[in-house]
Amino acid sequence: MSQHILPGTPGTPGTPTTAAGKTAAGAAPAAGVAVREKPGARERFLGAAEKSWRPLVLLVALLAAWWTVAAAELVEAYLVPSPGATLDVLTQKTGYLTQHSWVTTYETLLGFLIAVVVGVFAAVVMVYSSTVEKTLYPVLLFAQVVPKIAIAPLFVVWLGFGIAPKILIAVLIAFFPVVISMVTGLKAVDPEMLQLSATMGASPWQTFVKIRFPASLPHLFSGLKVAVTLAVTGAVVGEFVGANEGLGYVILQANGNLDTPMLFAGLLVMSLIGVVLFVLVEIAEKLLLPWHASRRDASVTTTY
Amino acid sequence: MTMARNATLRAAASAAVGIDDVAVRFRTKNRDVTALRDVCLHVAMGEFVAIVGPSGCGKSTLLKLVAGLLKPSSGQVRLRDEQVKGPRHDIGYVFQRAALLEWRSARRNILLQAEMRRMPAARARERAAELIAMTGLGGFEDAYPHELSGGMQQRVALCRALLHEPPVLLMDEPFGALDALTREQMNMELNRIWRETGTTVLLVTHSISEAVYLADRVVVMSPRPGTITEIVEVGMGAERDYAQTMGRPEFRDATTHIRGLLGTAAAGD
Repeated sequence: MSQHILPGTPGTPGTPTTAAGKTAAGAAPAAGVAVREKPGARERFLGAAEKSWRPLVLLVALLAAWWTVAAAELVEAYLVPSPGATLDVLTQKTGYLTQHSWVTTYETLLGFLIAVVVGVFAAVVMVYSSTVEKTLYPVLLFAQVVPKIAIAPLFVVWLGFGIAPKILIAVLIAFFPVVISMVTGLKAVDPEMLQLSATMGASPWQTFVKIRFPASLPHLFSGLKVAVTLAVTGAVVGEFVGANEGLGYVILQANGNLDTPMLFAGLLVMSLIGVVLFVLVEIAEKLLLPWHASRRDASVTTTY
Repeated sequence: MTMARNATLRAAASAAVGIDDVAVRFRTKNRDVTALRDVCLHVAMGEFVAIVGPSGCGKSTLLKLVAGLLKPSSGQVRLRDEQVKGPRHDIGYVFQRAALLEWRSARRNILLQAEMRRMPAARARERAAELIAMTGLGGFEDAYPHELSGGMQQRVALCRALLHEPPVLLMDEPFGALDALTREQMNMELNRIWRETGTTVLLVTHSISEAVYLADRVVVMSPRPGTITEIVEVGMGAERDYAQTMGRPEFRDATTHIRGLLGTAAAGD
């Protein structure tokens, strides 16, 4: 990493040019600003390691604790299986687990996507029409307050044992955070920005596309992160109530047979799906909103 | 450039802004507030008018009336001999906060104006480059707002307001949030930009010296309900060197007079 500092040009990147520099401004590069090379692979790896070693250490410590409990037989093996037994199940029944994980992932993703599309649409309509908001909001709140787990059996009665009731539950459970965050985001737009847009002669559509929607994205993404983890829960709850495939079904079967290694394996895979989906949303956020304040950490501007 | 300004002044027998017997009343939850009453103000094309007054006297409201962002409760507002009915598009507006879009670079924030107005892209880019050079933003075109200082951000907002060459520029305490030194610099630049573009400017400010340094006329307003106490003619040429102007007797007389007007207004409150 090399730093090229222009000689004899004091000042920081934010300082306005001086009166003397003004005449030359426009052509010459700004005084006191030097372009740095992008960090190399080694530096990026070190950066990633620096960020992730703490949670990894905690995870390893938890695994060690689990292993100690199982190895010392503090608890009966049929209640808490050893990490080894769980790992055996994971490696030996990979095909079986993969097949059912795929079903759950599929239901989760489909539910999440439908929740996002419907949620964003509902939020936009609610923000633009107070009549719709007044009508829809109480209904939404009611739909959120009703325990989804309690109505899940009803959906099975209505929609059968197929994929539909699982998706419906995932949608219902993931929908609310999306709507709430999107409404907040759309309402959080700087009113002066909207007035400015009015003086520019912008159509409502232009204002929405160029100002309101991008401004609401940081809020939306925090809602999406909650929603995507809830969607996994929704899909599994649907499978608990009535299914012949999916991780919920696997766990229920393992529970019935007192097959705790399989139960633990199912739980691990399920958690992994949630974590991976959450990380995917985070990556999407990072790619779409590089400008957002929460990304503006020390790595953007720092003294050296 | 000065010739352009003279030409605009000569051609402009008509008024850029006409405000006649305007009153504005706001209704809040449990009270009615009269923000402005009996306001009459006429601004000629190419003129620079500053508006000063105590906080809450309705200065910003006055600008919003001219821009068409607010409707007067009574009276008439005219902009370039047309009655103001809704948001006007033939103005440039600068707020106290720069109000920039965080996800756009300085240049693209300036070009927002062109995109919304569907101006030809090539012409808009050329004009943006001119303005960037004029306001001393060179080298920071691709910086994002959070990478710019307050003064820089305000320059971007100013460029955005000037991109479509508006005949009337409305500025609502544009330098209020800046430090004193940056403010002086921005004042000098605004004076130069005004001379070079020949735009009519309405500037709301809290600073008496800023108002007198920049304006042809200074409108002094009373506390709420706001009305015009007096309109002070500054009577200095358009081209004003900062340090020199501060020392001129006209400058001292005008600032002392305005300070007196605002002082008595405050005492009578």
